[in-house]
Amino acid sequence: MAEAGRRYLPLGNGRVLFGAAVLMLLAAVALAAPLLAPHDPLEQDLLLSFSPPFWRSGADPSYLLGTDSLGRDILSRLIYGARIALTVALVAATLAALLGTVLGLLSGYFGGFLDAAISRFVDVWMSFPPVLLSVVLAAVVGAGLKAVILAIIVVDWTRFCRIVRAEVLVQREQDYVAAAVTIGLNRWRVLAGEILPNLVPTLLVLLTLEMGIAVIVEAILSFVGLSVASDAPTWGGLIQEGRLYINQAWWLMALPMACIIATVLGFNALGDGLREVLDPVLRR
Amino acid sequence: MAVPTLFGVAIVVFVLLRVVPGDPIAMMIPPGAREADIGRLRALYGLDQPILVQFGHWLADLAGGKFGNSISLRQPVVGLIISRLPATLELALAAMVLATAVGILLGVVATFWRGRWPEAAVDGFAGLAMAIPDFLWGLMFILALGVLLPVLPISGRIDPRLETNFSTGFSLFESVVRGEFAVTLSVVSHLVLPMVALALPLTAAVARVLKSALKEAMSQDYVLMARARGFSPWRIIWREAFRNALVPTVTLSGVQFAFLLGGTVLIERIFSYPGIGNLAIGAVIDRDLPLIQGVVLTFAVLFIALNLVIDMTYVLLNPRIRHG
Repeated sequence: MAEAGRRYLPLGNGRVLFGAAVLMLLAAVALAAPLLAPHDPLEQDLLLSFSPPFWRSGADPSYLLGTDSLGRDILSRLIYGARIALTVALVAATLAALLGTVLGLLSGYFGGFLDAAISRFVDVWMSFPPVLLSVVLAAVVGAGLKAVILAIIVVDWTRFCRIVRAEVLVQREQDYVAAAVTIGLNRWRVLAGEILPNLVPTLLVLLTLEMGIAVIVEAILSFVGLSVASDAPTWGGLIQEGRLYINQAWWLMALPMACIIATVLGFNALGDGLREVLDPVLRR
Repeated sequence: MAVPTLFGVAIVVFVLLRVVPGDPIAMMIPPGAREADIGRLRALYGLDQPILVQFGHWLADLAGGKFGNSISLRQPVVGLIISRLPATLELALAAMVLATAVGILLGVVATFWRGRWPEAAVDGFAGLAMAIPDFLWGLMFILALGVLLPVLPISGRIDPRLETNFSTGFSLFESVVRGEFAVTLSVVSHLVLPMVALALPLTAAVARVLKSALKEAMSQDYVLMARARGFSPWRIIWREAFRNALVPTVTLSGVQFAFLLGGTVLIERIFSYPGIGNLAIGAVIDRDLPLIQGVVLTFAVLFIALNLVIDMTYVLLNPRIRHG
């Protein structure tokens, strides 16, 4: 499969196409949320609580996917939930990548005490179960979208740091680095101008996969009740609410789950596809 | 290797829970507490002393096994953890055994029928099982097998109507040893869904890595030799290639093993399973500082121990290191 991937442009890769299509759809929904959503996601109508979705009898046609316990429109909440999920995915994953990459570059290139200190810290950091660490962090920092993003950055930068460091160790020994040093480039220019560009494919793949992870972590934190304010329509929060009424209205939990699964599969397909196409390091 | 990591873990927990929130008392007290009460609490917990002194005291307490009392449950933290840990260990071990066995089977099957539909099926399964996290699998199982088609229990560890007075928390193990199979059956039926949800990502990892390692091993000279001598394909896979493929499999699945252990936190919460993961989330929600601290440290120790075991397995399996 890897051999086949090398011959084609990214767009010829089925996984890249599938992932990109899912994510573009999601981005479009998130951007156009105010236009697409038939109702205000926070608007309650207690007379209309637990209205069933369209495939069941007694459905109200203006609430396509039905309403929740407070009579809020499920479809609108799912659509606005996409905004939160994508915001977290983009911001948290990018910042985690930035932090991990900078530390990984420094650690791998300069070696010595700095490398020992950073590597040791990564070891310690990875001795905590990531879920537990992010839950504790979110609790310490306080609830809210910023806390969720911070928790993801602080937990997941190590993924980038480890791989970037290992890759810098390999690149550092290459002839092109020796050549750059010989012609008198200083160390920062070698690192930023020569080595870093060679890591871009690896980073792109890791970043895409991390976005999928960020969506999951946000869902986990909302599910546990530590994400954004409880009435904000996050997918994880919707799952948690739906779980309370699982015996009366199973779709309340199933629908947001389907959104998360589709998003995560999209990021994964894109990441794996990009790996097949681009990345000589992670390609097995 | 493990000791400095453990020390680092202690520092991180201390900083995270004592220094970052600014005032750990703020995490414990209800809003609107009086200044004098806060001051008394600060003195009680030694929080009016310099931070390094606090760290020293704290470390000495931990070393002496003094983890304090849980604020929300009003019991000693150590006792709570000891009573809950066996449930988590049984769950994690069961999931690991299941994942390893099924993963190996799938890896071998995919290799044996390479290029035919079983390989495609294993690839497809592995892709899905890895992409979807354990907690979503858990919720899907609850929906499918607990609600829509209720065949298995979806919460707890044992049928509450069953009387047990076991001396250890290892209900599964102890019920088998004592021959109380009604209990065993109940524990197993409660274990199935959380166990499978936890095991799925690791199963996929093992299957995937083993498959690619077997592929590599199958192109080696000794396999060619074995083929030339007319050994059957099964024999070649199991006897020749498998042992060599096991080393990368253990190494590369090691991370996934650790994820499985970490995954118990949420899975236990979802299935109301009485282990330390569930305890941990409850502690965080209740802002129960001593309990959070105890549980986080317990998980870190488990993680480090697991990594040591994986490293040791690696040495045992790899003759080049063993004799080197």
